[in-house]
Amino acid sequence: MTIKDQAAVVGIGRTPYWKRGQSYPETEMSMACTAILAALDDAGLTVTDIDGFAIYAHACDPATVAATLGIPEVRYAASITSGGGGSAGALGLAASAIAGGMATCCVTLMSLQQLTRRLGGSAVDGMLAYATMSEGGGSAYGRGGLPPSVAFTANNGVLSPGHGFSLITARHMHLYGTRREAFAEVCISQRSNAAKRPMSLQREPLTLDDYFDARMVSDPLCLLDYTMESDGAVAVVTVSADRAKDLKQPPAYIMSSAHGGSGRWGPAIFRYCQTPDEEFASSGHRPVARRLYEMAGVGPEDVDVALLYDHFSPLVVLQLEDYGFCPIGEGGPFVEDGNIRFGTGKIPVNTHGGNLSDSYIIGMTHIVEAVEQLRGTAVNQVENAEIALVTGGPASLPVSGTLLRR
Amino acid sequence: MTDNPFGAVQPGVFPTILTETHADESTQPFWDAAKQDRLVAPRCTNCGTFRLPPEGFCFECQDREVEWVELPGTGTIFSRIIVRHPLHPGLAPVVPYVVGVVELDGTQGAGARMLVNIIDCDPETIAIGDRVEIAFEHVNEEMSVPRFRPTERQG
Repeated sequence: MTIKDQAAVVGIGRTPYWKRGQSYPETEMSMACTAILAALDDAGLTVTDIDGFAIYAHACDPATVAATLGIPEVRYAASITSGGGGSAGALGLAASAIAGGMATCCVTLMSLQQLTRRLGGSAVDGMLAYATMSEGGGSAYGRGGLPPSVAFTANNGVLSPGHGFSLITARHMHLYGTRREAFAEVCISQRSNAAKRPMSLQREPLTLDDYFDARMVSDPLCLLDYTMESDGAVAVVTVSADRAKDLKQPPAYIMSSAHGGSGRWGPAIFRYCQTPDEEFASSGHRPVARRLYEMAGVGPEDVDVALLYDHFSPLVVLQLEDYGFCPIGEGGPFVEDGNIRFGTGKIPVNTHGGNLSDSYIIGMTHIVEAVEQLRGTAVNQVENAEIALVTGGPASLPVSGTLLRR
Repeated sequence: MTDNPFGAVQPGVFPTILTETHADESTQPFWDAAKQDRLVAPRCTNCGTFRLPPEGFCFECQDREVEWVELPGTGTIFSRIIVRHPLHPGLAPVVPYVVGVVELDGTQGAGARMLVNIIDCDPETIAIGDRVEIAFEHVNEEMSVPRFRPTERQG
């Protein structure tokens, strides 16, 4: 038995999106509750229906949400480990809880607000905090100081995710001749998608000149290759396939979901460098993609729209390879040839604008866009979209993917 | 300059922000050798696989025993980036600096690599495939920071 077709996303809800730090006087909790209520309303459900939390990156404290909203009984509260890599996979957590009889109605969400808390802080402490945050991997209990491995990386100048992903990108460019023009096309195509959406945060047109004029941050990545940072919350509600039929919206069935990755990918480039070359210059998604297609019984040729996690534009190119839309190493030319454009491309990618141009709610907007595409209500609607791919990560293990169908 | 929380910084050299090794028995031999400008790495006694940073188990055979092997301290750049934007004002005099993954000679294809600041180089021309050699900065009694720099051309 697998989770194939056993559950469906039936409700989507969100707050407005704000530029980082501008959601005050909202709080992460108030935004989370607002998004949950909106998703329930969208589905035709109420708080008395919720009995599960299937989350990632410890998006919220289910205890507080349950008490705040008056959820009568919680039967399931689980989070995928690590960070944004688990976003798409959290739907699999919901489906497995429902298929396994542990819950009947799960909420998956992210709420994000950065007022004063941000990477950096006081110089040395902030740097050290970043340099050590991927270390240890232990529990909140019993951590006794810094682990011995920290001294091997703390002084090397790798301070941010952008630095790490630049190292992966540089290797891919070296191995396969991938050009910055490909990354530009990711940014430009997604911006043109966001341009038509009133809720998207970055809608002014972007040209190739704009791209090459942007300042280099972590060469080979420039400012435009980086996601923006946003405030806001997004929630979705998942129930069993049977129950989904009787609700307000057309269901988006979960065909398959997988999270994880190769053990040698591990904490990825941030601490671990012994990943084999063929995996080093990848998005880390290949094992997840294989399981995803296998469980669903479909292949990349069946996918109508791809919502690929895009914290850094080159990683979209690498995911296109790892999910089989083009051969390994050919992601650059594939993108440059216009294959990811909405309306004309072979596989429209991030039709909502993605993290790069719509908003950065750590992958949740990709899930919402997939559901809207399958309902036929997306702003940039892919004609007759039947199957949507959503991903979370690239990041430290686990990364994740989910296939949804209408 | 004294206002800089990173101390006296110089272009291209990422300042030492961690001055203690936090070592245990699995890493202390590395730091002991570093004090003497020697690069050593732990190799699995059972299967010969190197592992860096040192960890308590071999990822190939799960064995815990290692022997410490002295390496030539040279290697090849596997990937590299040029950090151009200072993430803190105190790093403004440091950028651009180069960070690279270096494949270490003497690890017999077992893939031991280090993620390090590459110094004394021209950021605009340093490239993947370039040859580099280790250069320790002796910070204090305990800590010697490993960095790499381009190998001096012979002849």
